[in-house]
Amino acid sequence: MSTSSITFNRRSFIRTSSLASGGLLIGFNLFTACKPKVQPPVDISQLNFNDFNAFIKIADNGAVTIFSPNPEIGQGVKTAMPMLIAEELDVAWDKVYVQQGILDTENYTRQLAGGSQSIRLGWEPLRQTGATARQMLVNAAAMKWGIDPSECTTSDGVISNSQGETLGYGDVVKEAAALEVPESVTLKTPNNFKIIGTDATNVDMDKIITGKPLFGLDYKVDGMVYASVLRPPAFGKILDSYDDAKAKAMPGVIDVIRIGEKAKELSKEGIANWTVAMSKSDKVVVIAKSTWEALKGKEAISAQWVEDSTLESTEYQDKKLLGLLDGKEFKTLRKDGDINKAFVKADKILERTYESPFLPHNCMEPMNFFANVTEEKIHLVGPVQTPEFAASAVAGMLGRDIKDVHLEMTRMGGGFGRRLYGDFVYEAAEISNAINKPVKLVFSREDDMNAGTYRPAIKYRIKAAIKDGQVTAYYLKEAAINGNMYGLIPNFFPAGAIENYQVDVANHQSNITTGAWRAPYTNFLAFAEQSFFDELAETMEVDRIQLRLDLLEKVKGTTDERIEYSPERMQNVIKVAVDKSGWGKKEEGVFQGFAAYYCHNSHVAEVADVEIENGKPIVKKVTCVVDCGIVVNPLGAINQIEGGVIDGVGHAMYGDLTFLEGKPHSQNFDKYRLIRMGEIPLVESHLIQNDLAPTGLGEPTLPPAGAAVANALKAATGNRFTQQPFSKFPELMQVPTKPIIG
Amino acid sequence: MAKYDIKVNGVSKSVDVAEDTPLLWVLRDHLDLVGTKYGCGIAQCGACTVHLGGNAIRSCSLTIASVGSQEITTIEGLSEDGNHPVQQAWREVDVPQCGYCQAGQIMTASAFLDKNPNPTSGEINTAMHGNICRCASYTRIHRAVEIAATKLG
Repeated sequence: MSTSSITFNRRSFIRTSSLASGGLLIGFNLFTACKPKVQPPVDISQLNFNDFNAFIKIADNGAVTIFSPNPEIGQGVKTAMPMLIAEELDVAWDKVYVQQGILDTENYTRQLAGGSQSIRLGWEPLRQTGATARQMLVNAAAMKWGIDPSECTTSDGVISNSQGETLGYGDVVKEAAALEVPESVTLKTPNNFKIIGTDATNVDMDKIITGKPLFGLDYKVDGMVYASVLRPPAFGKILDSYDDAKAKAMPGVIDVIRIGEKAKELSKEGIANWTVAMSKSDKVVVIAKSTWEALKGKEAISAQWVEDSTLESTEYQDKKLLGLLDGKEFKTLRKDGDINKAFVKADKILERTYESPFLPHNCMEPMNFFANVTEEKIHLVGPVQTPEFAASAVAGMLGRDIKDVHLEMTRMGGGFGRRLYGDFVYEAAEISNAINKPVKLVFSREDDMNAGTYRPAIKYRIKAAIKDGQVTAYYLKEAAINGNMYGLIPNFFPAGAIENYQVDVANHQSNITTGAWRAPYTNFLAFAEQSFFDELAETMEVDRIQLRLDLLEKVKGTTDERIEYSPERMQNVIKVAVDKSGWGKKEEGVFQGFAAYYCHNSHVAEVADVEIENGKPIVKKVTCVVDCGIVVNPLGAINQIEGGVIDGVGHAMYGDLTFLEGKPHSQNFDKYRLIRMGEIPLVESHLIQNDLAPTGLGEPTLPPAGAAVANALKAATGNRFTQQPFSKFPELMQVPTKPIIG
Repeated sequence: MAKYDIKVNGVSKSVDVAEDTPLLWVLRDHLDLVGTKYGCGIAQCGACTVHLGGNAIRSCSLTIASVGSQEITTIEGLSEDGNHPVQQAWREVDVPQCGYCQAGQIMTASAFLDKNPNPTSGEINTAMHGNICRCASYTRIHRAVEIAATKLG
């Protein structure tokens, strides 16, 4: 057992409230969850329970409700985060009722879905919350029995003493609320876990499979109208004028309005930079009685647009990015030794360029949001990954106090990064503010694909020096649109393994809106680097696995604090992947490709198996080995692994959004290809068992997938893919008549 | 606008909408049956799949005027208690990630298994090819369809 000191403020931890039904609810709360530096509000006594969103509520009949603070986008936190609390509270998981917490900046922190960080950052504080509540309930029972709390044990929400007497949590919850909050609590050691590490089904399962209202698009209130927004047809164009006569005459259309002023204020103040391009233009909004009438009304608007900035095409951007790679204007993000000296002395130099397209997020639930702006309050409901930010931006945009904003998060039909950006929240709020009605803003699929915050096109150029059988220099250059890699990414592998190492970045500023997309930057960087390592091994005539293991060996014992990946854990996942995939032991006709990558604090290795069917290489299987520490919910974890791998394979194979004069070439799934059933590989998942604190799983299995496939395709066809999507190069998919043994 | 009498999940309903209104929006906006999802509007993703006279169809691309007297079944009416063998299999396998496409997946799978209760793996792939899952829970969808087949068989 480990003792965990905590810094709870008693007043901040407990709130009691009488229920209409006559019961009593106790809210155990934790201000400091996930972000220890946050200060609790000064005057907590003014809070009443209805405004107080605790993590745990226990009724005097023993019913336990656990609130999940973070948005659920399909990554499973609505199941896994409450599991952490329930474990230490020591209640039976199947008796726990889980509810989505609303946005509450005073009582929760980091209510955000992004960066695969919810479980990693929630691991300690959420368990401490559960353990503290449990200890208080035990203390209350011990007082009743007149014994020392250490003589009590708990199990499944029941407290027992050595006399065989028992009390349910509900029996002592009233007394517990009056007790002091313990200064330290004892957390379970992993061998005592009863819930963590067991399979828990998605908490919303029954609602999902019976079609209950759960998602933003399902939300409805009396008197609500529907809005469809006509936005510029191309990036670089803004609204000039429009004719709404035809639309206004259509059945169900209530009004047609022009918006944009408020959103422009937002970008001027720098509150939401990513919407700058989109909010430069005014927009035409059709308000109607139903979704269909709003969408149809929009089609009937005839609008004139004028060009206000360059209408960029993919060809233009390709030239810009290649020009940047060829040029000298870079920002250096990491520099070890002297790469230039090493290149001069090299026996051999390998240099390759890797190119990726724009990608839309294509969440299955198109962007939408509900807003009802009244003098009393701003009510916002819907799917957003960054509720706190959206609420403050709306308050700023409308010149209102943040306290006026009440934001409820719905379950999200996918996020992938798109819902980090609140443009749809601002639009909904601006519309409701203009028409004084509750409104549901709905994007059509075409709106969703053409008004995106896309994964930007990125190009990498990697150059390595080989001298006396060693890699003596590694130079990574990134040319990207609108931004560059950030945080510790420049310090990922092989940083620390090669004496002369440099990462340089440059970017082209485009008017096409861009943003985070599942595993930002690493989603393509992993492809580039792990493809490069395979070629490097071929050039050096060494084993491709051994090359990686040898380089990792050199990182061991590093004192460089920027290196956050563990060479030991990385070597381990590589070795397990080699073993589990039958690497090098496959029968003739199975071509394997390898990739390993660290990101989002997790270590992953993948092996793709390609076989030839009807003369074409087919990805049949991916073996994926993950070290993400303790696995909270293995059932959910494997779902994330399988989804991440297939998403990575699918986008590497097919994902492509090109632009012609500022306009995306695809508007819908007839032209934009997403991977489908029948095109997927079997995914075999292996989770490394250890007692290390858990890390995220929403993103890390995606980045290596594309490289594992490219390396397997090289083995099968002899051809090296350096550009995504692979499907754009059918000539490289040709299988030689004499198969190459990979 | 015109009045249409349709039968949804065994219940007769009357709606007053334009004749080109897709069944999807009649279900969602007029009958409050929001389990059927909007994904693409052009019959490419399968999120809006319902049964019409026992066949899986894309409700986003079927106008109310062409429904006629054929019975409509939506996810809400697939079973009374959420225990259709396909729903049971979905629960057993823990299929959903975000969950948005799953009603459509379940409706496609249930209509398919009605007609082909002993499918091969390849037949499952073909049957489910029209339903996109952006979270890529395909492995589990495939397994759940196989399990549902054994329950029905």
